[in-house]
Amino acid sequence: MPQPVVAISSVSKTFATASGVGTTALDRISLDIQEGEFVSLIGPSGCGKSTLLRVIGDLTAPSDGTIEVNGKPARQARMDRDYGIVFQAPVLFDWRSVEANVALPLEIKGMSRTQREQRVGEMLDLVELRDFARHYPYQLSGGMQQRVSIARALALEPRILLMDEPFGALDEMTRERMNSEVQRIWERTGTTIVFVTHSIPEAVFLSTRVAVMSPRPGRIVEVIDIDLPRPRNEDTRESKRYFELITDVREKLRGGHNSADGSGAGSAIPSAGRTLAEGSVG
Amino acid sequence: MTAIRPVEGTGSRLVRQARYHLPAVVVFFGVLIVWEITVASLNLRQFILPKPSVIATALNAEWSIIGKAAGNTLFEALGGLVIGVSAGVATAFAVSRWGRVREAILPIAIGASAVPIIAAAPIMSIWFGILNPFAKMAIVILLVFFPILVNVVRGLTQVDASALELMRASAASDGQILRKLRIPNALPFFFTGLKVSTTLSLIGAVVAEYFGGSSEVLGRVIVQSSSRLRFDITWAAIVVAAVTGIVLYLVAMAAERAIIPWHASQRRAEP
Repeated sequence: MPQPVVAISSVSKTFATASGVGTTALDRISLDIQEGEFVSLIGPSGCGKSTLLRVIGDLTAPSDGTIEVNGKPARQARMDRDYGIVFQAPVLFDWRSVEANVALPLEIKGMSRTQREQRVGEMLDLVELRDFARHYPYQLSGGMQQRVSIARALALEPRILLMDEPFGALDEMTRERMNSEVQRIWERTGTTIVFVTHSIPEAVFLSTRVAVMSPRPGRIVEVIDIDLPRPRNEDTRESKRYFELITDVREKLRGGHNSADGSGAGSAIPSAGRTLAEGSVG
Repeated sequence: MTAIRPVEGTGSRLVRQARYHLPAVVVFFGVLIVWEITVASLNLRQFILPKPSVIATALNAEWSIIGKAAGNTLFEALGGLVIGVSAGVATAFAVSRWGRVREAILPIAIGASAVPIIAAAPIMSIWFGILNPFAKMAIVILLVFFPILVNVVRGLTQVDASALELMRASAASDGQILRKLRIPNALPFFFTGLKVSTTLSLIGAVVAEYFGGSSEVLGRVIVQSSSRLRFDITWAAIVVAAVTGIVLYLVAMAAERAIIPWHASQRRAEP
């Protein structure tokens, strides 16, 4: 086994509360993520999946345990600009055009203008927004704004891309298109991606592995390998294996969420139609 | 960050602007005509309400005095505005840099905005000398300082949490966060404060003049003409003060439109 890109070992995170008793958001989580993997963290609201992502990105410190990214502490990885990050909101700067938004991390790094222009052009080609380079964020649709934020996150060729429910605010049709887009970008760039979502179909469609989390305290219940063939497309969304995996994830989620009513759930395999209709939690 | 607007199509833009402003122009002249007719038909006495035509005549006849007074008053207002806005912005940067200082100063600044600072005008006259224009400027400085301070501090500190995380994830330095995020974020707040301040500066200057000082200023012209019952001159001076205030405001608005065309409040102006 080669050295993992992300090595999470028994990480806990406790938040102080007003009463003085801490809330445990993450409880001794361990997970290794290999180079080029696409790992989804899925779980109901409040299971700590976003917190785990932020701990990986050194946006919040763990209370206990260690995170290593490319063999160094998360803080060093952040200072080395090993991360790209995409939030649920596009977080574009209103005062910058599309191209200037994409150029932001390059400016911060201190790249020369000519280098910046070339890199921004490549990134806008990647997300197919070259024609909109001089537009301002408010002139774009939600999906287009999120593509700009993906281009910005990838501009510095990060070793690892952190995505925090990036398509949670988009409608279902746009979300499916964006999923195909992310898959294409992932295949072209080979970037390791950690993806937080509460949509089961989205996690199954995109991932190499899905880490199912349970709430209070946040634990990883199970890591499910997604062995769907690539490239994944509309046929994948209608394949038998796809539905089996969705069902598998759902049952693990239900088991982790509430063991009392989860005991009987394992035997009742829902029909494909029902699975899709209930394909989201949280 | 200046918006460069295309030169072509200026003609059509003028036409569009004219059409946009037409209702306001019609209402303005409509009011003047109704005013003229009402005063004439009700036979109101001059000192109650002079006719617009009488005010215009007085303005024309007394222009050498009123024009000079307007220039002096504008000097006080502008001087106070420039100093007060600069001081407010500088203090805002210092205050938002240190959280503790901000927590101590901001409530005081918000409170001070509600104080009728204009009442301190006689004290300023004693401090700086009754004939010194800086005594009037000092009032203007005090008036505009607090709205600018409060607005700019808000703009520098009320930054989207995700935007800050984005900068941190890119390993941005504090200086880069200030230049690339906090300052652009503060610009709309600054212009809100600036527009309020332009109006305040003229009010401050004129009212401070009521308390005495050089007679060649709008405030004194208003006080002295009304004490001689020459209300046509009083009205003429008020009209000049109003026009000056409006022009100052329009200049601030034009600067805002040129500097932050991306902001939501400015988008109506986009093609």
